Amino acid sequence: MSKYYLSQDTKKCIGCHSCEVACKSNKDLPVGPKLCEIITVGPVFIGGLPKAGYTFMPCFHCEDPWCVAACPTGAMRKRDKDGIVFVDPALCVGCKTCMSACPWGAPQWNPETGKAVKCDFCMDRLDKGLEPACVTVCTTKCLQFAPAEKAPKIKRERYAKAMTSLE
Amino acid sequence: MESEVYSLCFMCSVRCPIKVITKDDQVKWIEGNPHVAGMEGSLCPRGAAGIAFLYDHERVQSPMIRTGPRGSGQWKKATWEEALDRVGGQLKKIIDEHGGHSVALGERTQLATHVSKTFLKAIGSPNHFTHDALCKGSVNTAARSLFGYTDAQMGIDYKNTRHIVLYGRNIFEAIEVKGVRALTEALEKGAKLTCIDPRVSITATKADRYWMIRPGTDLALNYALIHLILRDRLYDAAYVNRWVSGLAQLQDFVQPYTPQWAQQETGIAASEIESLARELAEDKPAVIFHYGYRGANHANEIYQRRSILILNALMGSIEAKGGIFFKKGPGEVGGKPARKLTEQTFPEITKPRFDKVGTPDFPLPDPNHGVAQMLPRAILEEDPYPLKALINYRFDPIMSIPDSTLTKKALDKLDLIVTIDVNYSDIAWYSDVILPESTYLERTDSIQQANGLKPQMFLRQQCVTPRYDTRPGAIILKQIAERLGTGAYFPYTTMEDLVRWQLEGTGFYPEDFRSKGFVAYTDKQIFWDREDSLKFKTPSGKIELVSSLLEDAGFPSFPEYESMPSPPKGQFRLITGRCALHTHVSTQNNPYLNEIAPENTLWMNSKEAARLGIKEGDMVTISSSRGSGEMRALVTDLIHPEAVFMLHGYGHQSQAATRSFNKGVSDAVLMENISDMIGGSPALHDTFVTVTKLEGTATGTMGGR
Repeated sequence: MSKYYLSQDTKKCIGCHSCEVACKSNKDLPVGPKLCEIITVGPVFIGGLPKAGYTFMPCFHCEDPWCVAACPTGAMRKRDKDGIVFVDPALCVGCKTCMSACPWGAPQWNPETGKAVKCDFCMDRLDKGLEPACVTVCTTKCLQFAPAEKAPKIKRERYAKAMTSLE
Repeated sequence: MESEVYSLCFMCSVRCPIKVITKDDQVKWIEGNPHVAGMEGSLCPRGAAGIAFLYDHERVQSPMIRTGPRGSGQWKKATWEEALDRVGGQLKKIIDEHGGHSVALGERTQLATHVSKTFLKAIGSPNHFTHDALCKGSVNTAARSLFGYTDAQMGIDYKNTRHIVLYGRNIFEAIEVKGVRALTEALEKGAKLTCIDPRVSITATKADRYWMIRPGTDLALNYALIHLILRDRLYDAAYVNRWVSGLAQLQDFVQPYTPQWAQQETGIAASEIESLARELAEDKPAVIFHYGYRGANHANEIYQRRSILILNALMGSIEAKGGIFFKKGPGEVGGKPARKLTEQTFPEITKPRFDKVGTPDFPLPDPNHGVAQMLPRAILEEDPYPLKALINYRFDPIMSIPDSTLTKKALDKLDLIVTIDVNYSDIAWYSDVILPESTYLERTDSIQQANGLKPQMFLRQQCVTPRYDTRPGAIILKQIAERLGTGAYFPYTTMEDLVRWQLEGTGFYPEDFRSKGFVAYTDKQIFWDREDSLKFKTPSGKIELVSSLLEDAGFPSFPEYESMPSPPKGQFRLITGRCALHTHVSTQNNPYLNEIAPENTLWMNSKEAARLGIKEGDMVTISSSRGSGEMRALVTDLIHPEAVFMLHGYGHQSQAATRSFNKGVSDAVLMENISDMIGGSPALHDTFVTVTKLEGTATGTMGGR
């Protein structure tokens, strides 16, 4: 389990793709690989109103990641201190085994480097005390990022708000 | 060493404040300025794609001089001296032979607009115009007809609103970060959103009430709302009695326009119109009928925009918390605004404008912007006089003005077409000389005087040295002026000089912008007192429902409603709009934005599509009286059967922009060039089109939205 918690308030998300673009900018990626993605479902009419779902899909940083298990060179690793799953480019030989292993398509192919690349929650930014690129730039601030111990609080606040609006 | 520079985005026209991280003269990161309330790092996808724009090798890298026929793509790379001498020499010859008024300059409104205006004033030309008429010309005129202020002098207090009504205004896709954040916050607190649009946009998916209105009938709906509000006395009586004149005339006028009548015209049930009016009345004055952009753009748009603003006035929302406010300038707190080059004394200009704005033929549009879509006819008919040269400053007449074929025919008549642009836009591709501008990350720009509830000044500060052989537009124009003998009107050598000159007398200095990117004249929000100190700039000092501006020019304040015709059998009304990933016609070739939204598709109603044998993903031909194109169909229940919809800005013909070249269809190819001759907007939704399945093509899958 990752020691970070990344949540998306789907009600606030406007599916603008700002997160995807900022992620690519921060990682200096070419056209092709996407380390996170907004998946739009709908719109469809529900009770006479058009509704759509905008779902944010980064890497889930699995407890027991198949990509790490599958990697033949040890390039795909889980960081001890916080459970972030990342690729070490120095060890990656571009065999794409991680891509086949992951059911979520999290590891991506970088055609410029010939190596795998994936969401690492922007470890470089985290280590400087910043948030991941997608979270910082999010247009509506629908993405929230926090150390895991604060996560339940975020959730509770959200539920409390939902309950208030139902009353 | 990393450093932080505070600046202003320019991926669209909003100019969101940004923080830029640079290292070794390279931009590493861009985010919303964390010191600006409502930004805190947020940036829309276009803003987030700024680095890809900076490093895009497909932008114009050096001055280019055309060697083959116009649009052939045959170019010669030139030095700045060579290109500027060529432009200066040809302009001088044209001015000497035909007069300064034979030169026109069109631009997308921007921070250096005062420089462009100065450029023309110095040579004695009245022909400065901006893209504003194409966007919101009639909104501007409508606002002046009621309040004496332009729409640009008004703002919207999204954050505190309790109910907002949007007429095609696609707030969550045509993104202005602070506005989106503030409205999102209001919705979280329980504000209501009513969305009226013949097509389901992302904004519609966030609405509490969505009406798929019959295209073109927003005005009918509004007349019924006004009818109800007056009939049932749902308006803010204290406010209206104090600040509104002409109520009795309005009341007589809307008598026949009942909700039942509007139901026939709009397809919206009378009972639903009634419930909206009642809900809004309960939340007044913290309600907003959004007056800007999109909505039904027809030849009578001025009256539609007036009807929206009148609804605000009746609800007392003008200058109310959670409503619409007038932007306060530094004068409100005894401060001075930044100077503009246009404050100098220029030779007198006696010639009328090319678009005849300000003459009895076209008296009301704002001469500060002019009416861009009049350009092709003015050139072709040499009316009021022959135009010989056109300078395009990041404005693309070919893709922005309806009827590209007509526009190109007109451009062909010109002796000189010069384009100052960052991109190989279609107009750059069609020009004689391209003068490449540095991107917003590579140049300091003129001061942004940001009036609002708190007047402030922002500065776009250079982050890195230009990557290619490019210059700031305000320097390019000065250097052309020097070749015309009018260089004395430009008292600066660098952009930093110009900024220092602008700040003289304001009490602020360039250094003051370093730490946060802006300076504030006050830290308190300024609202005028609604009881007795609203300062309307109309002759009566009130909101003029019976407008002296309109009536003095010979136009009625309340003309009888004319029904919007349904398209003839087998045809559709073409409507257009935006997605979150692109700005106008300028970002479609950006690698990151193009990757997500590479081309536009034709939205059509499922039943109509079935009737025509068109399935999802089929290639179709769309044709109008003006032109045709081929694109994929998006078959859906999310659009009114009378309309088809496409995103604006696709179908580029500039081959140097390889990612956007020939992707999708340009709406400008199809649209007829028709105008609201009172307000000044183009009637963008007045064109009927036919759609046929393109035989022999396979059903495909959709790329992007």
